[in-house]
Amino acid sequence: MWAYLHKLASPQGFYALSVRLSPWCWGLALTLMVVGTIWGLGFAPADYQQGNSFRIIYVHVPAALLAQSIYVTMAVAGLVFLVWRIKLADMAATAMAPLGAAMTFLALFSGAVWGVPTWGTWWQWDARLTSMLLLLFLYFGVLALRGALGGRQSAARAASVLTLVGVINIPIIQYSVEWWYTLHQPATFSVTSRPAMPSDMWLPLLVMVLGFYCLFLAVTLTRTRHEILRREASRRWVRALTGEGS
Amino acid sequence: MRRQRRQRLQVILAMLVLAAIAAGLMLYALRSNINLFFSPMQVVAGEAPMDRPIRAGGLVAKDSVKRDPQSLAVRFAVTDHVESIQVRYRGILPDLFREGQGVVVLGELQPEGWVRADEVLARHDENYMPPEVADALKEAGYAPEDYRDRADQSPPPAGTQPDAGVE
Repeated sequence: MWAYLHKLASPQGFYALSVRLSPWCWGLALTLMVVGTIWGLGFAPADYQQGNSFRIIYVHVPAALLAQSIYVTMAVAGLVFLVWRIKLADMAATAMAPLGAAMTFLALFSGAVWGVPTWGTWWQWDARLTSMLLLLFLYFGVLALRGALGGRQSAARAASVLTLVGVINIPIIQYSVEWWYTLHQPATFSVTSRPAMPSDMWLPLLVMVLGFYCLFLAVTLTRTRHEILRREASRRWVRALTGEGS
Repeated sequence: MRRQRRQRLQVILAMLVLAAIAAGLMLYALRSNINLFFSPMQVVAGEAPMDRPIRAGGLVAKDSVKRDPQSLAVRFAVTDHVESIQVRYRGILPDLFREGQGVVVLGELQPEGWVRADEVLARHDENYMPPEVADALKEAGYAPEDYRDRADQSPPPAGTQPDAGVE
């Protein structure tokens, strides 16, 4: 078990795994997202109050979920890097940050588009919306920190610390709709009770959510592989791989 | 080496706990500012300021919406089932506006206790359902909000003949 984990935590071992797994992840992500989109937009019933504009949920909810999940994953990777000094953790965190920022933006944007027909406004400084905007700025901060500090070790350390401190925002996003009066409604889905929508509405949503998570996995595997090549370019196994100087 | 790791882990965890406490205290101190709106209870209790625009939120009271047939002016009451406040508004209401719907109104609180609204926003709850299901629930005498409770007890009434006579 430990030996296997050690092999995985080495850039070379992870590289091999990524080459093997990522095509499957890409295929699965694409299939699930296409199926979920067609199902959600074409076949799921419209909402009794919101009509067809409710279908934005099929992009909005997966994007918002992913935005937070990616951040938590980055924070865990940051902790692993800071405590155990495993370089691969930092490479993975570097690889997933842009996708996280993109998903946060997508959640905010689709929420604004949805807000116009339902609420009558595209933006209010309510706790859920504001904490989500803060998440976007945290992503920008992490990206900028890595960009500004060229030295890899210091950049990795600073970015990890920032990510870790920022993780406090995640429960705030999660519980904002319960702690304060907000314009955003409370969660439709929870682990403990049945979803507040019938299955022909949430099944396509589930497919979309799974598709988005597969996309996350696929992007992370592929981009971490690129990051490994970039950082380990002078290693013998990379040079053997690229056919340079072997 | 092992000790070093444990120390690093402790330092990081301590940092996180301190930052969380700081954030928690800050949010606690700002809690009245973070709330997007005042409830009718708070407005009636005098917690809302008179000198600047406020947001008040609640449900549109049943049978309270009175529209002026000549203009876009409308009056309604916002309630939290304990207290209610009168709202006057002139303009276009959001599509979801109806009696029993959650709304947030932005406007100035008048000395007489009513709100002159400049903006009316609709809230919606966490329940989604197809129109047929909503109709079936209504026929059976349940509000759409009861959907989750009903679903916990029995399969949703979609397609089935609802019990008659409850209404």
